[in-house]
Amino acid sequence: MSEQPRKFDPSKATSFFTGRGHPGWLGLKYSDHGDDWVELELPWREDLLGEEGQRVLASGPILSLMDMASGMAIWRAMDEFSAIATLDLRVDYVRPAREGASVFGRSQCYRLTRSAAFVRGLAHDGDAGDPVAHIQAVFMKIASTARL
Amino acid sequence: MADIPEIEALTPYARSLGITLDSWEDGTPILSVPFDEIVEGRPDHYHGGATGGLLETAGYAVLRAELARQDRAAMLKPINITVQYLAAGKSRTSYAMGRITKLGRRSANITVEAWQDERSRPIATAVMNVLMAEPTG
Repeated sequence: MSEQPRKFDPSKATSFFTGRGHPGWLGLKYSDHGDDWVELELPWREDLLGEEGQRVLASGPILSLMDMASGMAIWRAMDEFSAIATLDLRVDYVRPAREGASVFGRSQCYRLTRSAAFVRGLAHDGDAGDPVAHIQAVFMKIASTARL
Repeated sequence: MADIPEIEALTPYARSLGITLDSWEDGTPILSVPFDEIVEGRPDHYHGGATGGLLETAGYAVLRAELARQDRAAMLKPINITVQYLAAGKSRTSYAMGRITKLGRRSANITVEAWQDERSRPIATAVMNVLMAEPTG
């Protein structure tokens, strides 16, 4: 935690974003955060499975989890909430998530410019040292002057 | 034309999200998802994750259709996906259709486009690699 109190506190703000809409439907929850990163939890759900007959979480919810965690990491790094839009998001699914386990999405905003925000992150199912996915993404700030 | 039943084209996740098979075009499934609270991000707009889920589902659907046509059985596993968000998804139905760029023995490379009112103005595109594993029964 930083020494000075900051305006955008993910532990308090998460419920505002996850109380409704797509994040609400997924049941995303706050898990942890640092100065420039946020981790959210996606609880296990039977109706989010991928391949029929396989007890494996679909990849779509992981993409949503990482998109949301990335947005929150950017607001944390900017220390304010402002409108942003995903420009490009890449997900590498390195292994299936374990059956019945929550998946945690941790994303870090490693570079902020006037127009863009660059993030990278991972998804894991309990051990961040053994991820299920890696991501990299770029977001654009909306309605800001287009200068890098 | 080996059209495949809707139930096989869509995963439990896709059905949960409200994705349905809209139509077939030259043997390729076009999927759609109605705008609803469960796909909403900022008010009256699609969440990037929901748009990504639609793209991914359309990618799997075109691959399943082609594998069925070739009588090939395989378990599909995601390798990766890269999504480009081109325009905000507004509060109306979105459509998506995939195209198999390369179908190999073990993996497939697929490109997907999603649109709303006009097909010529996509709201998002994706390229994905999918592993086709031996069915374990």
